[in-house]
Amino acid sequence: MARSPGPLTRKFYAIARISWPGVVSALFLLLLIGATFTVLLIGSGPIRLINDLGKDPYLRQVVGFTLWQASLSTLLSIGMAIPVARAFARQPSFPGRRLVLQLLGLPVVTPVIVAVLGIIAVYGQSGILRDGLQLLGLSWSGRFYGLTGILVAHVFFNFPLSVRMLLPAWDRIPSENWRLASQLGMNSRQLFRWLEWPALTSVLPGTAAVVFLLCFSSFAVVLVLGGGPSATTIEVAIYQALRFEFDPPRAAALALGQLGICTALVLGLHHWIRAQSISRGLASGARYRPDADQSIHRSFDLAVIGLTSTFVALPLAAIVYAGCTGPLSSVLLDSRLWAAAGRSVGIALAAAAVALSLAAGLLVTSRHLVFQLRRRTESDVLQIAGSITLAVPPMVTGTGLFLLLLPLGIAFDLAVLVIILVNATLVLPYMMRTVGPAFLDAGHRYDRLCRQLGMSGWYRLRLADWPIIRRPLGFAVALCATLSVGDMGVAALFDTSGAITLPVLLYHRLGAYRFDEAAVTALALIVLCAVVFLVVDRGIGRWHS
Amino acid sequence: MKFLLRGGFALLTAITYCAQAETEKLTIYTYSSFVSDWGPGPAVKKAFERDCNCELDFVGLEDGAALLSRLQLEGRHSKADIILGLDTNLTTEAAATGLLAPHGLNIDELDLSIDWTDDVFLPYDYGHFAFVYDSEALAVVPGSLEALVQDTSGPQLIIQDPRTSTPGLGLLLWIRVVFGDDAPLAWSQLAPRILTVTAGWSAAYGLFLEGEAPLVLSYTTSPAYHRHVEGTDRYRAAAFSEGHYAQIEVAAKLADSPHQALADRFLVFMLSPAFQDLIPTTNWMFPAGRTSQPLPDAFTGLVQPTRTLLIEPEQVAAHRRAWVREWLEVLGR
Amino acid sequence: MAFLTLKNLRFRQGTWQFAIDAKIERNSCTAIIGPSGAGKSTLLSLIAGFERPERGAIFVDAEDITALAPALRPVTILFQENNLFAHLTLARNIGLGRHPGLQLSAEDKTRIEEAVAAVGLDGLEDRLPESVSGGERQRAALARCLCQDRAVLLLDEPFNSLDPALRHEMRSLVDRLRRERCLTVLLVSHNPEEAAEIADTALFMHGGQILERGNLEELLKRPRTSQLAHYLGQSRE
Repeated sequence: MARSPGPLTRKFYAIARISWPGVVSALFLLLLIGATFTVLLIGSGPIRLINDLGKDPYLRQVVGFTLWQASLSTLLSIGMAIPVARAFARQPSFPGRRLVLQLLGLPVVTPVIVAVLGIIAVYGQSGILRDGLQLLGLSWSGRFYGLTGILVAHVFFNFPLSVRMLLPAWDRIPSENWRLASQLGMNSRQLFRWLEWPALTSVLPGTAAVVFLLCFSSFAVVLVLGGGPSATTIEVAIYQALRFEFDPPRAAALALGQLGICTALVLGLHHWIRAQSISRGLASGARYRPDADQSIHRSFDLAVIGLTSTFVALPLAAIVYAGCTGPLSSVLLDSRLWAAAGRSVGIALAAAAVALSLAAGLLVTSRHLVFQLRRRTESDVLQIAGSITLAVPPMVTGTGLFLLLLPLGIAFDLAVLVIILVNATLVLPYMMRTVGPAFLDAGHRYDRLCRQLGMSGWYRLRLADWPIIRRPLGFAVALCATLSVGDMGVAALFDTSGAITLPVLLYHRLGAYRFDEAAVTALALIVLCAVVFLVVDRGIGRWHS
Repeated sequence: MKFLLRGGFALLTAITYCAQAETEKLTIYTYSSFVSDWGPGPAVKKAFERDCNCELDFVGLEDGAALLSRLQLEGRHSKADIILGLDTNLTTEAAATGLLAPHGLNIDELDLSIDWTDDVFLPYDYGHFAFVYDSEALAVVPGSLEALVQDTSGPQLIIQDPRTSTPGLGLLLWIRVVFGDDAPLAWSQLAPRILTVTAGWSAAYGLFLEGEAPLVLSYTTSPAYHRHVEGTDRYRAAAFSEGHYAQIEVAAKLADSPHQALADRFLVFMLSPAFQDLIPTTNWMFPAGRTSQPLPDAFTGLVQPTRTLLIEPEQVAAHRRAWVREWLEVLGR
Repeated sequence: MAFLTLKNLRFRQGTWQFAIDAKIERNSCTAIIGPSGAGKSTLLSLIAGFERPERGAIFVDAEDITALAPALRPVTILFQENNLFAHLTLARNIGLGRHPGLQLSAEDKTRIEEAVAAVGLDGLEDRLPESVSGGERQRAALARCLCQDRAVLLLDEPFNSLDPALRHEMRSLVDRLRRERCLTVLLVSHNPEEAAEIADTALFMHGGQILERGNLEELLKRPRTSQLAHYLGQSRE
């Protein structure tokens, strides 16, 4: 006679039956990361890493420089962001405020390689800035390539991001505090010290943590602007170890080191990172402030905002201008460009689809765990799994997969597949953070109702969730696809023909110093990103079924 | 009617397939400046395809030294049939991979302008490295490598990465020959004036032409381009008293290539006037094989090195990695 | 056995404990009163199936429903808010009571029309919830409960946000429906006087336990425990 399963087993099966989406997603990620880690471990041997670090001063320099440039970039970005965020908070309405805030959101979605080209055009040795300074009779003979260039680029990306992440802090100050401060007759400096700074301290660590991690794992910026061994980060060193020197053990050792440091950073800073959301940042700011009306503050604030807008807009405008006035016909009629563009779009959509599937699995099960099984910790674990890329940079995963496939001889044949996979993990955190809140909110509102009516699975997703998550989902998929189109990291590693994706083609044009062709290619890339974003966002989010 | 259409379509597909299958494709890995529009690539492709009834496909990598690591990276599954652009500094290591096949040609029958004994590699051009300067930007021209290195208030310069670029590697070895074991010290003296280290020759030369720095590592023959095409004498090579490091660029075929006969044919073509005539005015180097015309006037009056420096390929192979590591460490400070 | 029986129901949430035994008669209207935190909503959650008790059983019409999922129990519940899907018309919201995927047969459609008429929403079925008043929204939710055709109706203070006149109207509607369709109603209320309009029996809950039970008017006039007296604002000498 067969034994019937005990209550515990039945309970386990019941949970497993419903939780399978999340388990599948989590297992997939685990497998990917596990395979990467194992390959790297075998390929390098941790003993070798410690050995190398001890014996090879170059490796020490690389790690040191990576930490150093990340710290400086973070300090600069946040230092500059605080007065600008304050200016925005203090001036809740001026013509174009919304436009400027949206402008600040551009660097994040701009392909890194395009922005770098723009920065060279403006701040480079023969850039607009120097020409302008020369007109004024000034000259600046500092070296642009190297640490300076890297810092400028990192600030370009992260300073606007920091402004948008710091801005919500002002919303946390109760309006009564402002009135109280006014009664007490506080001046601007005192307001900052007693009201604004304490509110900032709640968002500063999270912002700093996110910016630091982004700068630590920066690849394309350092690859182009580094200018030599004295300004090399770990990710670039990995790339060079594989493609310049053909030293897989060294690449594996470096990748392991990157993995270790990033994981340590994420674990150490996770408390702040969790609290930090990448908001869309359109703060209301309609609060009474005693110092808002004074004209001196208003002029200062508007000047600061004006400078910021110029700083952000100038490189992008330079590219658009150079692109429009460049050899449009010869570049645009080149079939390689279209082939690369087509591959980029295909990879981006596939990567977004994979990321969406993974995120869907994680979120559906996470919601189920929270609302129905009351298992908050397991739910949190699943959500954290979605942010795995913060601890495991895409270059590391790409290297692991590369070294895994290399002995099998199919590394370059499967290039597109690997790029899709790695890009999916790259954009997964963005997917989770954009769709997640809406999805959980739908659960919060309607969970009991759905259970009561017996709406589950497909019925629930279609009738209850879809109308609520549709817009954020459209935005998320569009954002992820755009990020993938513009990404140049793993694609550079797997590239054989110089044009596997559009950013790589652009990078090679830059490298061959065909600047005007590069500008047109960059313009094409920008247009491609914009088209992808708009089509996907509207297609999913707003089209009436 | 439908049957006819379907049958016709199938026939068409078959014909197209056969037609495609007939034209063999020869894939050549080389450096990016070779395949650029103003390099030899396009003309070579046209000339070769005219006679061979095949398709020539170039794949451009950053620079010559990257070819070696790509060879090692792709291993037996490489799509390359011919690798063109290594130089003698890398031949020993390249041969050691076991991926290259002997060319099988009788060297005595080839009319080479240099002494050659290798049975795997064949030379296609040669030259000497030199620092090229902008005469309008540089007043005092260094007369020796030592002068360049030790003049701490001297001009900024642009060089290439020895890991990817054959000129970059050439400079590394040049300094090694001149300074011997003091090479790291020489590099540390030079480092502050290095504006940037590029991955390939094109980027470095492009930056130089943009005016980013008055000195760039290139070849004694680079000024010939400016004289011949632009008619200007503005860009000149600096003659160094210790001598100049030489470069002989070579090509070889891969042992695993399925197009062995076609590859052999290309190698023969490479040493014939049809190819060699193109070298001076597209690659701006000295041809290694027979040419049917004399060198253009722009090649007269170029810097003639007093000595030709060259380290034995076996020596380079034995020490290259260590020397590169040393270079990385010094420049990384 | 009574129609709805709660037998030795035990539930724990953190340090808070819950121990309930109760018998509810068929076609009755029972008010559940008590201070906040007493466990009134938790009781409804347990009956509806959103929480599982640690021990004990729930019987409806002699059938043990403790292990059943919420959708399978002969119970329907009206919440304080979010009773309707904001993006579906009233008609579709009500239709979900018949089939969770809105695959409706002809009979389903007839029943929906009946329910709409029963709550007095004729003509408004194709509107979205946001374009009708609060009272009309709750009527629609009630209509959906009717469509589900369950024997037990749980009300978790669903009329809180309505004006007093509307509350009265909704209570009358509930009472009428109860009598017409022989429903068993449990009503959580923080206003015992209002509840007394339609409820005959009451359960007074305090600290997770039922301290008093019986006729509602009796309890209100003569509370037996000091907690109930305190809750009602009467002091006991």
